[in-house]
Amino acid sequence: MSKQECEKNNYQTKNNTNTVKLRNWTIAWVITMAIATFAPKFIWDFNTALTITAVLVNLAVGFKMLIANRDYLRGLDEMQRTILLEAMALALGVGLVVGLNYTMLENIQLITYKPEIPHIVFIMVITYGLAVVSGHRKYQ
Amino acid sequence: MKNRLKVLRAERDWTQAQLASALEVSRQTINAIEKGKFDPSLPLAFKAARLFKLSIEDIFQDEVETEIV
Repeated sequence: MSKQECEKNNYQTKNNTNTVKLRNWTIAWVITMAIATFAPKFIWDFNTALTITAVLVNLAVGFKMLIANRDYLRGLDEMQRTILLEAMALALGVGLVVGLNYTMLENIQLITYKPEIPHIVFIMVITYGLAVVSGHRKYQ
Repeated sequence: MKNRLKVLRAERDWTQAQLASALEVSRQTINAIEKGKFDPSLPLAFKAARLFKLSIEDIFQDEVETEIV
């Protein structure tokens, strides 16, 4: 097998393309989210038409990001996909269990502040990251 | 599941990256399969068998079956 044949590998090329696509859509989603969140107050003084447009654009870009994520997962080889799917399942499970428990804490007066969704998202992101690292180590 | 992937690869003087390229998977996956830490799917096993021009049983062996024999 020559070096040239090795370079023909379309797995790596496809994977790189999907990664770049996912990164670009994620950046676009974050930017449109920031616009939809801050622009109504700081740029167009809560103009309803512009605000609705910003929210719809954010939703549309969000869906494109989900499609890019699906394509990214489909383009991975079976071991990489297993690692990521296990990490996602764990993050979802932890998010559900910790999230419900966390919202309960206010009702039973164990915490005085209102539980916020970003706190749960943060826990899910940390769990996902740790699970991906642990998955890679498991198969090393 | 045990396998002879590392031996077959060495016989042909291929690197893990070259084998990964031929099987369209990552080098990490080849490494995990060779170490017996990850069992490939049936389509990947067939692909490896086609590449080495061997039967699947010549490359992959069920450890339970091996112990009985």
